[in-house]
Amino acid sequence: MAEMDVSSGGGHKKGPGVKKSKKLSTRVDLTPMVDLGFLLITFFIFTTTMSQPTAMKLNLPKDTDNPEEQNEAKESGALTILLGTDNHVFYYEGKLSPDGSNFKSASFSGENSIRDIIINKKKDVIARHVHTASCQKLQGDAQAKGDTNWQNACADKDFVVVIKPGDESTYRNTLDILDEMAINVVKRYALVDISEGEAALVKISDQSAGPAKK
Amino acid sequence: MSRPKLPRKSTNIDMTAMCDVAFLLLSFFILATKFKPAEAVEIQTPTSVQKVKVPEKDVVLVSISADGKVFLSVSEEERRTALINELNTRRTLGLSAADVEVATRAPFFGTPLSQLKTSLSVPADKYTGATFPGIPAKDSTNNELIDWMSAVVAVYKGDKMNLLLKGDMKSKYPTFKNVIAAFKRNELLKFQMITNPEGVPEDSELFKTGQKTAQ
Repeated sequence: MAEMDVSSGGGHKKGPGVKKSKKLSTRVDLTPMVDLGFLLITFFIFTTTMSQPTAMKLNLPKDTDNPEEQNEAKESGALTILLGTDNHVFYYEGKLSPDGSNFKSASFSGENSIRDIIINKKKDVIARHVHTASCQKLQGDAQAKGDTNWQNACADKDFVVVIKPGDESTYRNTLDILDEMAINVVKRYALVDISEGEAALVKISDQSAGPAKK
Repeated sequence: MSRPKLPRKSTNIDMTAMCDVAFLLLSFFILATKFKPAEAVEIQTPTSVQKVKVPEKDVVLVSISADGKVFLSVSEEERRTALINELNTRRTLGLSAADVEVATRAPFFGTPLSQLKTSLSVPADKYTGATFPGIPAKDSTNNELIDWMSAVVAVYKGDKMNLLLKGDMKSKYPTFKNVIAAFKRNELLKFQMITNPEGVPEDSELFKTGQKTAQ
């Protein structure tokens, strides 16, 4: 794609005997340079990582055998979430009944999602909340921190989510549940080892439920 | 009526402007690109709604690969030397000064302590996660990560340390449990887990409170 030499043909005539000096064009063909430029751009677009990874903070409680330091969870406000294989989620409210009748299954998204269950349970706990003198301190703390919603600071104090990932559950599902805690602003939650009875229940339910999509 | 004759135009387009744009974009991408540092294994992190940026300095990174291998890397070279020296004296690994120097240049550690000496002779191009069995952290009885972490604590004594955990989506929970058990044993109760950002669902409580604080 060289520049066409248009100056050679035609043009005005100089006097006889005067040799025509060839005029060299100063224009350079930039097409290959543009090609190269875009090639490099595509390379850098593909190699660049725009989304910086974020970090999820997790503060662990200290292991303690001293019963005074252990937190008691009220049965009425407890929600236990169990994780199985293939993105299965199970839950029960309060204590697991001996016959396992309150052991229910949920999913990560869509119908019957674990998020709705957490929200409903939280609402339920807040609705049943009775104001006591011990609440004053919690409210005062929240107010001091500049929380605009300080009047509700105490209402969900009985709400505790216990997370029990099974041995076959994935790290991803565990983090998804921890993420749900952040999304639904659950202040009290605990990561607890699954008990044998629960593990057996999860295993049976896992097999009967078949693979679930996330 | 005859049509007026259009003057014949050259088919050449002036490429200068296009060239300018191309190189402007090029320089932008060159400056914006930050190459990923070499990692033990490729790890696909799960997503979360968190917005906290991952710290880059004074990092102690524990990685969990998809098949449950545990690796440890330390960002600063001096700390790495100190860590190896610490472990060497504690567990009498029998590393010579030259071995320690090689270990300082290693991008990560991922072998049982007994194999650490032999692992250092692995050439740099074969020093990847696939070659090594990972730090044993399978159960609570044989959890060498506890030793590593206690050496890390000793090395960073009194200084700021960012403890990061990077797990693969597909890794199983028990590995994660054993890793945090090792953290707990050494009273490392605060750590961060590396995730990919994800949007906050719009009807959630977090979204509403986030909006409130933004207003």
